[in-house]
Parts: sequence; C-alpha cells; structure tokens
Amino acid sequence: MELPCDPNSGECGEALRDLFVYLDGQLTVERRLVIKTHIDLCSPCLERFSFETELRQVIAQRCRETVPESLRLKIAEAIGCDPAGVLPPCTEGDLPFM
Amino acid sequence: MADQENFAEDAMPLMTSLYSGALRMTRNPADAEDLVQETYLKAYRAYGRFEAGTNLKAWMYRILTNTFINSYRKKQRRPTESEFDADEIYLYNRLGGAEGAVLNRSAEDELMDLFGEAEVKEAVESLADHYRIPVLLADVEGFSYKEIAEILDIPIGTVMSRLHRGRNQLQKRLYEFAKDRRLLPDVQAPAVVGAMAADPSTPNDSDDEI
Repeated sequence: MELPCDPNSGECGEALRDLFVYLDGQLTVERRLVIKTHIDLCSPCLERFSFETELRQVIAQRCRETVPESLRLKIAEAIGCDPAGVLPPCTEGDLPFM
Repeated sequence: MADQENFAEDAMPLMTSLYSGALRMTRNPADAEDLVQETYLKAYRAYGRFEAGTNLKAWMYRILTNTFINSYRKKQRRPTESEFDADEIYLYNRLGGAEGAVLNRSAEDELMDLFGEAEVKEAVESLADHYRIPVLLADVEGFSYKEIAEILDIPIGTVMSRLHRGRNQLQKRLYEFAKDRRLLPDVQAPAVVGAMAADPSTPNDSDDEI
C-alpha cells in the first residue's frame, strides 16, 4: 500500500468520486466504511476530504442571516403569538384603551 | 395531524433558517421578507394538513421554495446566469497543493479567513436557481437527498447531479474571488478556461425546472 495517491484511478479515484456523497452522509454503511478505511490510510485523500468538510462549514456559516426584528414581529402578530414568549395571551380585558 | 394552536411555537424557531434561504434565493431583503411572511401565512393556514412528527422544516421549505418559484422568481431581475462546467473538487485542486503552499494554507481556520461573508454570499447567489437551491438545502440547511427531492419535487438522482455541478461551480466562483484579490497566483486550468469561454448564448435549458 505504498503506491502514491492518484486521484484519477484506483482506490483514491473511487474515494474521491464518492467524496460529496460521503460528506453528505448518504453512502451505504459498507461503502462508507471502505472510504473511511481508505482515507485513514491515504493522507492526500484525507486532506482532500478535510478541505471539503471545512469549506462546507465556511459556506454554511457565511450564509446564516439574522432575521430583522420587524419581520419577526409582523409574522408573530399575523399568526397570533407573542414573539417574546413572556406575555400571556391577550384577552379582551387586557387590551389597553378598552 | 398538527394542531394550528401549536404552529407559532413549532414554526417560529425556524425563521432564521427560512429567512437565510429566502435571502439567498431572492437576493434582496425586501423580497426575502415578503417571501418568508407569505410562507408563514400559507403554512399557518395549512397547518392542519401537516402530519405531526414529520419534518416541519422540510415542509416549510417546500412551501417557501414553491412560493419563490411561482411568484418571486418571475419578477426578479436576475444577473446573467452562465452555465459552465467546473472540474472536480475545483477549489482543493487550486488551493490544496503547491498553490496552497504559496498561501501557507495549513491551519484549520484559514479557509474561513480566506472567504469573507460577502464573497461566499455572492458566490452562492451567482449560481443558477436549479443549482443554487439544492446547494442551499444540502450545504446550508443540511437536508438529505430524499428531503431535497421531496422539497423540490425532483428525483434523487437529479438532486445528486445538481449538487455535484452546483458545488463545483460554487468552488470555481470562490476561486475567482480569491484570485481577483491577488491572493493566488494565476494558474492556468485549461479544461476550465475552455469551458468558461463557451458560447454565452447557450440556452439555459433547465431554467424552468428546479
């Protein structure tokens, strides 16, 4: 197993072909194990897999937004809830000016 | 069946996820807010038909995506979405080997340093809808292939092929940003350069099927 890593053929090629599916957690248990075993032994492949993992984390984190408070309030009002969750539901007697 | 009384409690915590997705889809905050609000109102009205115990986020994303496709997408002025093929694991091949060494890329946090928020968002938003939405659903929201297939009403094989192409295109955009900032040496990648030069008038065949 001292062959150099060739991303285009052999075990390395097969592992890289399944890289996305592996990271998506969608391979069969058997296939997943084959790849796990391979990347544990082949450090260039492991590096590629780690790179993709890290990149996904960057993308997910960079795409996370903060909901504008005005939108949260508008929707909460529309579906009849108190957004802060601290006030009891309104009853007619609780409403001001009545 | 779900009880409408529980809707707020169940659905309000999902808003960050839905708003983030909506903003990437519509590419502007005003439309994103309208889209999220419309999604919540539709979901609220239909909540009696939601099967309690199944994935509420997937159900709401289905409503969000359908609403986007049916109304918002049509009225949008979209940037030109060019179709091109990037080669496999594009960014690693550019950053990982000798070029990575130029950048002295080794520590775990460096990719995060290399790509700022604005660039990642712009790269995602530059993808055509039929790539962008599956990539968002998988890589940002963590849905499975099966869930994405159900949300978008397309076969699982199509989900996989769009994810594959979409991710490679996304990586190519990110590489271009890094290169434009002169952080990277201008390395020729013949196959990709060739694909980039493809006729820009190539019809976008799958524009209407997401």
